[in-house]
Amino acid sequence: MARADGPALSRGAPDGGPGAEPARRAVEAVWRIESARIVGALARYTGDFALAEDVAQEAVAEALVSWARDGEPANPVGWLLATARRRAIDAFRRRSALDERYALLAGQLAEGEATSGAAAPPRGGSVELPWDPDRVEDDVLALVFVACHPVLSPEARVALTLRTVGGLSSEEIARAFLVPVPTVQARITRAKKTIAAAGVPFALPPADERRARLGGVLSVLYVIFTEASTATGGDRLLRTDLGYEAIRLARTLVALLPDEPEAHGLLALCELTAARFPARVGPDGEAVLLEDQDRRLWDRSAIRRGLAALGRAAAVGRGLGPYGLQAAIAACHASAGSVAETDWERIVLLYEALGRVAPSPVVELNRAVAVAMASGPGPALALVDELAVAGRLSGSHLLPSVRGELLARLGRAAEARAELELAARLCGNVRERAVLLRKAAALTG
Amino acid sequence: MAKYMLIMRGTDESMAAMMEKPFEEMLETMGRFNDELIKAGVLVAAEGLDDPSQGVVVDFGGETPVVTDGPYGETKELFGGFYVLDVASKEEAVEWAKRIPAVPGSKCEIRRVPSIDEFPQDNEWIVRERAWRERTGQL
Repeated sequence: MARADGPALSRGAPDGGPGAEPARRAVEAVWRIESARIVGALARYTGDFALAEDVAQEAVAEALVSWARDGEPANPVGWLLATARRRAIDAFRRRSALDERYALLAGQLAEGEATSGAAAPPRGGSVELPWDPDRVEDDVLALVFVACHPVLSPEARVALTLRTVGGLSSEEIARAFLVPVPTVQARITRAKKTIAAAGVPFALPPADERRARLGGVLSVLYVIFTEASTATGGDRLLRTDLGYEAIRLARTLVALLPDEPEAHGLLALCELTAARFPARVGPDGEAVLLEDQDRRLWDRSAIRRGLAALGRAAAVGRGLGPYGLQAAIAACHASAGSVAETDWERIVLLYEALGRVAPSPVVELNRAVAVAMASGPGPALALVDELAVAGRLSGSHLLPSVRGELLARLGRAAEARAELELAARLCGNVRERAVLLRKAAALTG
Repeated sequence: MAKYMLIMRGTDESMAAMMEKPFEEMLETMGRFNDELIKAGVLVAAEGLDDPSQGVVVDFGGETPVVTDGPYGETKELFGGFYVLDVASKEEAVEWAKRIPAVPGSKCEIRRVPSIDEFPQDNEWIVRERAWRERTGQL
């Protein structure tokens, strides 16, 4: 109940501004939509990615204060960009005391502000965006490549991509990855220093490096998505919002690079995997395995979008890469009414293809599972035993959990129980471990 | 994440302003904006409606519904089309709405679209609706 003497949390600030909370939400909304273009444009103006990110964050901090006091400006993007640019000019002027080349840069930047209309009022009801439409896509793409640069640690790439390209705050990133806010801030600060020290230019990678660098970008988005879909820590199995952020980033990338089959493939994989999220967690937060999922809970719109993205990946005509192939496997599940109706033979073929383009013991193990479904547990166990003999995947719970499952289906209950109990001991996720122990306990004989 | 509908409401003034614009130019402006929504990964659906003078109104004011031809008598503002966006917050929906290349005289109303998950899932009619949404891919 409202109390007359209570703090007026939801009211405006005393001097008539809208107050801190509405201002924070407004700044957050603009930043989500525009961070990539703002940082991208600033990085091109200044030629200095770290400075661009710094001054953009300073502008955001200034907006929190100023918009709470004076209300949201008529052209919020122009306001943020103009403020950030002024900060950049100040920084160059400070540096020009040490090196006169910076005086020249500061001059050019100040001149640019006059001609680009960064602080122009809105025209005709819509907001006139202060950037050159012909360059903005390259700027955003360059930003993506810098944020995912191979000189950075994987954690730094994830944090920098979510913050600069995705427009998430350090608090949001920290919440998504269950780490303290200062950890995220430290990762971003270190990342910017690393980029500056390595002399990474703010530019699209040269043609001969482009394919490999794109692979790096896709893997950053995939890491973000996997963190959402199989949380490595904590007690929650899925982080749906983080999954949505990964999909949003993948959609942006697809729009920027429509001719790259693997960008479409990754988007398809994320959509088709996320489609199963509503069925993957039971009422008490426990994991529900594919065979036990209520397929009516699957998100049909996401499946449709995923299949469409997979179609576009195939239509490029360069064959499917690792993401496209995994998406094709997910599509087999998405299109089937039940485990029994699934086209397991096609899945076996897709895993074979995946094993050729991206060989890994996990792929081999998944192929064995598909073989078990298509041709029975006997031939599958032979494949799994080959993996075990080769000593690959030792220490992982995956191999004993599959082996236990196959042994159980072959009626070798005692061996099966031992394998499942071993798998449970090796498994790090509390929820998954519970499933393994339940299975082991259910075996008799 | 939440879905918001951005409902475009026009007036005689905005209709007239729209008619003045060259068709090609209008297509390009709208197309550019739609493209922005697609690239940002937030566009779920969008439709625009035909000329209001071609519409009819069913009025439930009396005992039996009364059907009259459009336009709509006293109504000052007419629903002209909509966008459905999947965004993080109402503020983000508002931020997108401000960018709509709308003509003077028009307004955009922003309303949250509740998900079917927010209704009682054991209700027979909700179960049926869910089944229809599943069949047609509209969950």
